[in-house]
Amino acid sequence: MNNKLYGNLIFELSKEGRRGYSLPANRFGNYPVPKELQRKEEAGLPECDELTVVRHYTNHSSNNFGVNNGFYPLGSCTMKYNPAIDEEMSAMPEFSNLHPLQPHHTVAGAEDVCNLLSESLKAITGMEAFTLKPYAGAHGELTGLMIIKAYHESRGDMKRTKVIVPDSAHGTNPASAAVCGLSVVEVKSRADGTVDVDDLRSILDETVAAMMMTNPNTLGLFEKSIPEIAELVHSHGALMYYDGANLNPMLGACRPGDMGFDVMHINLHKTFATPHGGGGPGAGPVGVRKGLEQFFPTVSPYQGNFAVAMRAYAYILSLGKENIKMVGPLATLNANYIKESLKDVYELPIDGLCKHEFVFNGLKDKSTGVTTMDVAKRLLDYGYHAPTIYFPLLFHESLMIEPAENESKETMDGFIEVMRRIAEEAKTEPDTVKNAPHNTPIGRVDDVLAAKHPIVTYRQMCNNKQEQ
Amino acid sequence: MAKVIEGLYYSESHEYVRVEDGFGYIGITDYAQHALGNVVYVDMPETDDEVTAGEEFGAVESVKAASDLNSPVSGTVTEINEALEDSPEMINQDAFANWIIKVEMSDTSELDNLMDAKAYEEFCKEQE
Repeated sequence: MNNKLYGNLIFELSKEGRRGYSLPANRFGNYPVPKELQRKEEAGLPECDELTVVRHYTNHSSNNFGVNNGFYPLGSCTMKYNPAIDEEMSAMPEFSNLHPLQPHHTVAGAEDVCNLLSESLKAITGMEAFTLKPYAGAHGELTGLMIIKAYHESRGDMKRTKVIVPDSAHGTNPASAAVCGLSVVEVKSRADGTVDVDDLRSILDETVAAMMMTNPNTLGLFEKSIPEIAELVHSHGALMYYDGANLNPMLGACRPGDMGFDVMHINLHKTFATPHGGGGPGAGPVGVRKGLEQFFPTVSPYQGNFAVAMRAYAYILSLGKENIKMVGPLATLNANYIKESLKDVYELPIDGLCKHEFVFNGLKDKSTGVTTMDVAKRLLDYGYHAPTIYFPLLFHESLMIEPAENESKETMDGFIEVMRRIAEEAKTEPDTVKNAPHNTPIGRVDDVLAAKHPIVTYRQMCNNKQEQ
Repeated sequence: MAKVIEGLYYSESHEYVRVEDGFGYIGITDYAQHALGNVVYVDMPETDDEVTAGEEFGAVESVKAASDLNSPVSGTVTEINEALEDSPEMINQDAFANWIIKVEMSDTSELDNLMDAKAYEEFCKEQE
């Protein structure tokens, strides 16, 4: 896109009085809005003709980058391609035109989809029952913790106020616990990156409501001590919560229900290929083991984000029972292929097999001062989305890479080649990397300024200009 | 290499206490500010708030991460470093000169649970 011609804000294109429409003469008389409801000042909306508006948004949309544009190895997010057939199914007018308050007998087909999806999720996870209501992963966590709280209270056990969370956990875990009125106790990781069972033993007591675990954890490592942990947690009367954020590599390989987890959520938008990024919409169905289904809270009067559930069900059916077993192994193979191909130039803090993702601690050779941030920015120049950076917090220069299972070897080879080239540039021309990106519509942004003085509306921008 | 200063007390979560005229000045270490990167916001308690050893009293946000501040000692906050409200970057410029809270300590024996400069330096090396 030509930024000089088309890079303006829509407000800057506004011409007073310009219209993109003409309405026929009013034949119905005037029915003014009551005075007390009328605005006191102009809304300040941009005034443009249709063609200007169309060009403006079309050009800006070409600056976007999604899975359909290129490789998107954003660790922890599972930016999986969403097959077109899933979109087609969910866009069928029979589904997409439904109203959530439509009479019950007219939505039998949609109900079937919900029930069949629940059945599939039960088979995949080994859980007894599912609710599709939660609207996203963190909402699922909250729902799950509400179930756990209700379970303890139903037994008259009111002193369980704590949730144990590993230090490698996603930030949503402690946040969900806090929203549920529970306090968080952190359990340490061992040098190999998995939960320290001895530390866990020292924390467990009769005030612990649950232990939340992500498996594989945020380092992409399989938690090997789950049976021991589950036994320990259960022996203290607490429940095991499985955060399904990383369910992808487990598909067809093992089931949380068989490992001793009592409650779990699934991020349908990650594991079952429905579009995400940019804030949703997601879906976070919650599953429970037998006996806990009576504690499902009413977190929504509706059936969650139905269109997302529809896509997930189409995805599961199009793969089928046999092929879905390949998802986990292929995601794992892809991640290990990239890891092994780059570990001589990027620092791998924890060696060994990973699952669907892994973490580098920046460049192996840090002598020129090129950081993970610089590497991420330079990747944009080469047409790749950056991996997740500075998460997890266990390392200073985290660079977290996750290729999904459907990426081809050629795509990954292209990415590996560029990552090696950047490592070379970091030695020979570090300034090129430190000042990247160079080929993007906007160069290096000033994160500090953006965090300290965010300008997010046109009005703020005008005020800011006046002040200067 | 991160700077460590003699005579201060250090916690495992990378806060320091400088004891002066019976008061404890608490901030984050040079190692911590390095790890965090550009600090953009410091969430501080209010004067007269109570702090407890090992418990959270605020947070530091950088462009990379948000990190809880844990108090190395117990006591009452007598002053906060108000300059950090507008200029949080002072922590990056000199973490040891720019303390975050000043505390009237209720139990100075808690200082014995903290590390001295040498032990902290070792601790940081192990973290790498």
